[in-house]
Amino acid sequence: MPPVIEVRNLHKRYADKVAVDDVSLTVQEGEILGILGPNGAGKTTTVECIEGLRTPDRGEIKVLGLDPLRDRAELTRRLGVQLQAGQLPERLQVAEALELYSSFYPRPADWRGLMHDLGLTDKAKTRYAKLSGGQKQRLSIALALVGNPRVAILDELTTGLDPQARRDTWDLIEGVRSRGVTIVLVTHFMEEAERLCDRLALIDAGRVVMVDTPAGLTERARIGQRIQFRPSRPLDDSLLTSLPDVSGVTRRGELVVVSGNDNALNAVTTVLARNQIVAERLRVEQASLEDAFVRLTGKRLDPH
Amino acid sequence: MSVLNTAPPRAAAKPGSATWRLIKAESKLSIRDKMALLWGVGIPLVVLIILGSIPSLRKPNEDTGGLTTFDVYVPVLILFNLAILAVTALPTTLAGYRENGVLQRMRTTPIGPARVLTAQLVANFAIALVAMILFLAVAGLGFGVDLPQHLFGFAVAWLLAAAALLAIGLLLTARVPGRSVASAMGMVLFFPMMFFAGLWVPISEMPAVLQNISRYTPLGAGMRAFQDAYLGHFPSVLPLLTLAVYAVGCSIIAVRWFRWE
Ligand SMILES: Nc1ncnc2c1ncn2[C@@H]1O[C@H](COP(=O)(O)OP(=O)(O)O)[C@@H](O)[C@H]1O
Ligand SMILES: [Mg+2]
Repeated sequence: MPPVIEVRNLHKRYADKVAVDDVSLTVQEGEILGILGPNGAGKTTTVECIEGLRTPDRGEIKVLGLDPLRDRAELTRRLGVQLQAGQLPERLQVAEALELYSSFYPRPADWRGLMHDLGLTDKAKTRYAKLSGGQKQRLSIALALVGNPRVAILDELTTGLDPQARRDTWDLIEGVRSRGVTIVLVTHFMEEAERLCDRLALIDAGRVVMVDTPAGLTERARIGQRIQFRPSRPLDDSLLTSLPDVSGVTRRGELVVVSGNDNALNAVTTVLARNQIVAERLRVEQASLEDAFVRLTGKRLDPH
Repeated sequence: MSVLNTAPPRAAAKPGSATWRLIKAESKLSIRDKMALLWGVGIPLVVLIILGSIPSLRKPNEDTGGLTTFDVYVPVLILFNLAILAVTALPTTLAGYRENGVLQRMRTTPIGPARVLTAQLVANFAIALVAMILFLAVAGLGFGVDLPQHLFGFAVAWLLAAAALLAIGLLLTARVPGRSVASAMGMVLFFPMMFFAGLWVPISEMPAVLQNISRYTPLGAGMRAFQDAYLGHFPSVLPLLTLAVYAVGCSIIAVRWFRWE
């Protein structure tokens, strides 16, 4: 089956700045692809080219077999879009917006149901300007889905939502996926990427650094586990560093921090037992996608 | 090009009904814009009532073929209404839409942003039409001002004036970056245009040079066409042609220049 979205060697520059240098991606039917990268990496520019809002300088894009620029009319019927910065008229009410947008599409979804699923029913008669940031964001998600699209591209899906609203939105997106909708998700949030995405494309400085499953990415970054404990009596680091499953040992006060692959915990506890050392206050952390990201790009994703 | 294109599933799409809904929505939004209604309809209506209550303005005047000063002010205020809606309300709204990404958002739907423009034009046109009828009714029923003697000529003149002003408003919007610039430029344009329509000094009392300039301004031409209709003949060619040139010329440039973002 041909991919739903195919991007080949996309390049786009603004007047004085290359925003997208060389991006190639494919998105298969029914999957959720996450596009992950620091601010200014070129994520928004990439998806805006896919949506046909920007004209690439080089490269080829096909969405459902359509050319986003030449076949705009057909593409807009099948593609649902949430723009990072798109807004609505200030005085338009929530229900009016949903009803209006649903009239734009040949086979729209039930807009009242969507309004309910996104927790906007009590805001039905509230004007857009009076909504909180999170409510605007939820309305924008609802509008992306109101046309019953085959493919949805959501830019900064849950930015601005509180943790509860974020989780509710994830449930909603999983529901949408289970109806066979293909989704491209631009995100900052590791937890979101890990929870929702089948595959992730890491973008940095206009280039795709890597595409893999969330688990595959952590594996590739070769940081499986981090083990931390206080030895019951003095311990020579070389006991641990000589283990093939251990990649590093550091000290933090009286604590020993060991990193290694998924077998490291086993190996470490065996060695400690053999030397009659008890590991007090033992903690094991699974390396997160965030660690993998830092390892792969040398940058933090979401600078705090 | 693509296999998916061979059988366009167009059957269920109803662009007509979507356009109609968009027009209704934009009209509602324009009515919710209290400032536009206050300046475009409320204030000229109040001025109309005040002027109508001043007896000295109700004496026939030689310079204007027997019309009273108040008679002349009725069309001036009709133009005032058109100008406020077309060169301040419309550009401010549309520039705000561009600034806030409303037009960009519409580009991702099957309807597209051009129809938002159309809907805004229709909405402002409809409000102006209702206001014009209201002003004529208040002047007629409240103060005994006769309707324009050549009603058809008056209608043609009003339609052309509306087209010219809306086209000017669209041109103004074509490239301005945001709301604040749009409303400032609208105001800068509004006052000289109203001056040449005779808002402060009736055209017939202007020096000859200004009268000549006035002829070629949109509202000056509009006033001349209205006066012809009030005096009972179909408006002469020059003012109608002037209005038509503004309407067509500004629309063409606006469409070429218009930016969605
Ligand atoms: N309209 C524009 N004009 C000029 N530069 C832009 C424009 N949009 C984005 N850029 C620049 O292009 C780069 C990529 O931006 P963007 O695609 O928005 O990144 P991201 O979504 O990953 O944060 C940034 O350096 C940004 O400043
Ligand atoms: Mg972005």
